[in-house]
Amino acid sequence: MGTAEEQKVQQKKAFGWAARDTSGFLSPFNFSRRETGDKDVTFKVVYCGICHSDLHMIKNEWGVSTYPLVPGHEIVGVVTEIGSKVEKFKVGDRVGVGCMVGSCRSCDSCANNLENYCPKMIFTYGGTYYDGTTTYGGYSDIMVTDEHFIVRIPDNLPLDAAAPLLCAGITVYSPLRYYGLDKPGMHVGVVGLGGLGHAAVKFAKAMGVKVTVISTSPNKKKEAIEHLGADSFLVSRDQDEMQVAMSTMDGIIDTVSAQHPLMPLIGLLKSHGKIVLLGAPEKPLELPAFPLLVGRKIVGGSAIGGMKETQEMINFAAKHNITADIEVIPIDYVNTAIERLVKADVRYRFVN
Amino acid sequence: MAKSPEEEHPHKALGWAARDSSGVLSPFPFSRRENGDDDVTIKILYCGVCHSDLHSCKNEWGVSSYPLVPGHEIVGVVTKVGKAVTKFKVDDKVGVGVMVSSCKKCDCCKQDLENYCPQMMLTYNSINHDGTKNYGGYSDMIVVDQHYVLRFPDNMPLDAGAPLLCAGITVYSPMMYYGMTEVGRHLGVAGLGGLGHVAVKIGKAMGLKVTVISTSPKKESEAINSLGADSFLVSTDPAKLKAAMGTMDYIIDTVSAVHPLLPLLSLLKLNGKLITVGLPEKPLELPIFPLVLGRRLVGGSDIGGIKETQEMLDFCAKHNITADIELIKMDQINTAMERLAKSDVRYRFVIDVGNSKL
Repeated sequence: MGTAEEQKVQQKKAFGWAARDTSGFLSPFNFSRRETGDKDVTFKVVYCGICHSDLHMIKNEWGVSTYPLVPGHEIVGVVTEIGSKVEKFKVGDRVGVGCMVGSCRSCDSCANNLENYCPKMIFTYGGTYYDGTTTYGGYSDIMVTDEHFIVRIPDNLPLDAAAPLLCAGITVYSPLRYYGLDKPGMHVGVVGLGGLGHAAVKFAKAMGVKVTVISTSPNKKKEAIEHLGADSFLVSRDQDEMQVAMSTMDGIIDTVSAQHPLMPLIGLLKSHGKIVLLGAPEKPLELPAFPLLVGRKIVGGSAIGGMKETQEMINFAAKHNITADIEVIPIDYVNTAIERLVKADVRYRFVN
Repeated sequence: MAKSPEEEHPHKALGWAARDSSGVLSPFPFSRRENGDDDVTIKILYCGVCHSDLHSCKNEWGVSSYPLVPGHEIVGVVTKVGKAVTKFKVDDKVGVGVMVSSCKKCDCCKQDLENYCPQMMLTYNSINHDGTKNYGGYSDMIVVDQHYVLRFPDNMPLDAGAPLLCAGITVYSPMMYYGMTEVGRHLGVAGLGGLGHVAVKIGKAMGLKVTVISTSPKKESEAINSLGADSFLVSTDPAKLKAAMGTMDYIIDTVSAVHPLLPLLSLLKLNGKLITVGLPEKPLELPIFPLVLGRRLVGGSDIGGIKETQEMLDFCAKHNITADIELIKMDQINTAMERLAKSDVRYRFVIDVGNSKL
């Protein structure tokens, strides 16, 4: 008997693709969702972005996965049913769900619209809901979600290209605001040009910030400048280029999740500059103290954003016509897509 | 041929210098420049012994040039002022800290952040514009541009106030910059030495709850009863560390040896800030998960600008904050350095220069 069937009686049939073990191989999976509760919104999933976190989770690279695991936390669709106490949405609305579907709603973080930092925050997939059931993500046909954790997608944003904003978008938008790297005229570096990186370039440009993409791959330069609108491109393995760029940046958004040296990046910052880490390598990085002190520089982290800010980010994206660059795939291509993602062979997000 | 240290300037001076990386100090006759229009000449009465002096004497940062006269917590009395000097007059009680010059033109200087000016000149172990070396406060007199001289508040004892010129500003500046001033917030102070003990006092004066974080359980009684800390955490005790997880808004890390950051990061609340002011020789290990999952940050800070240093002195005078010191004579400096290396001091040695035979 599958885990889904052993759970408490749930009444909505659902279909998705799940990983069954650490090979990460996904295959069709029948399960069920809860009945639409008073505050729930049920929607038909139209698209779901493939986030690199999905890859980490299906292979249990963080050691927290339980199987079967239905990934997907960049979910967009159309409302089909609402609970009796739902006030913000109606049938037919275009909506999205990101990385979380629940939180305690009473701690300081929740009270300050920072549900993402609530110690009891519930992940959209691979988590345990209030009723004890496992949460299943957006590589499926329907979602049933508490209205508090749903955002509205404005009409002028195409659903497919908006999906990745629900994780990649908020993950870069939130620190640009929190660390004050959003002032016109500032110079911000973006390390890594993938799902997060390309979104960071677009948001920062829309905020009036000068952007330099910092990458190990020289072949991404043309695209970064001509297509994404970056102002310049820095090959981080080129010592001469790095030397010239020293002390020129107010901030750096670092999206790279592999081990990499921080010292050259800290050197690119002006005095009082800030580097924000969004990718989390498994092992610690080396932090040299001298450059931090002598320039009064900061190394910080950030993780997605709260619901209020996520809606604000979507509205900002709609106003500035920001969407992700995507490759739409049918769900049965998903295993190939994952293999290509491992090799960073995607401009810049798959959406299924 | 280059002139000797005694001959290169018009005014004879006496100090103690380290000659090599053994770090042993001995008498050193040298000379100071003519008092220029913007300069103030100071007869030195006291000089604090900062751990940086020890690092420099032994060339632990690899940048020392010998002979090296350390000392950047200098207090004395004005004996001469240049024609253009407006801020001071003869007999004023004054102090000199970690820097004696900067470019005065860049963005940092214009924002009263001379300490971050790329051309900032350190009080000792730096080279003057005329190519001669700068010698620090383990000496009988010094000549400094008035801009870099601090007024000593009337009610502040000269000897116990001297360490504020480096230790004081080094903790005060980040406390202001990183917003550690909201009454009732919780500050952790890692390391209880020259910097740490002043951080406790300033933190309490700002109305913060203060916890001392230390590897030495025997410092607890003093931290609480004498310095006024609210609590004490032995960082090598896993149970105590766990109980204190996620309880602090900020931590000032004064420890200058290499040490693990993960236990300190775990003590911080959401949005917590770990500010490091100690300078270990090797890089620290920075675990990223606690930064990302709690939107925490690690920042650095390096002394403070002149305006802020004066502000800090006035703040300390108002709140009767001075360092806890052990007064020594200059000829005891080598023993003091050995004790400092073993952290055997409550909490700063100060050299009674005025009463020492140099």
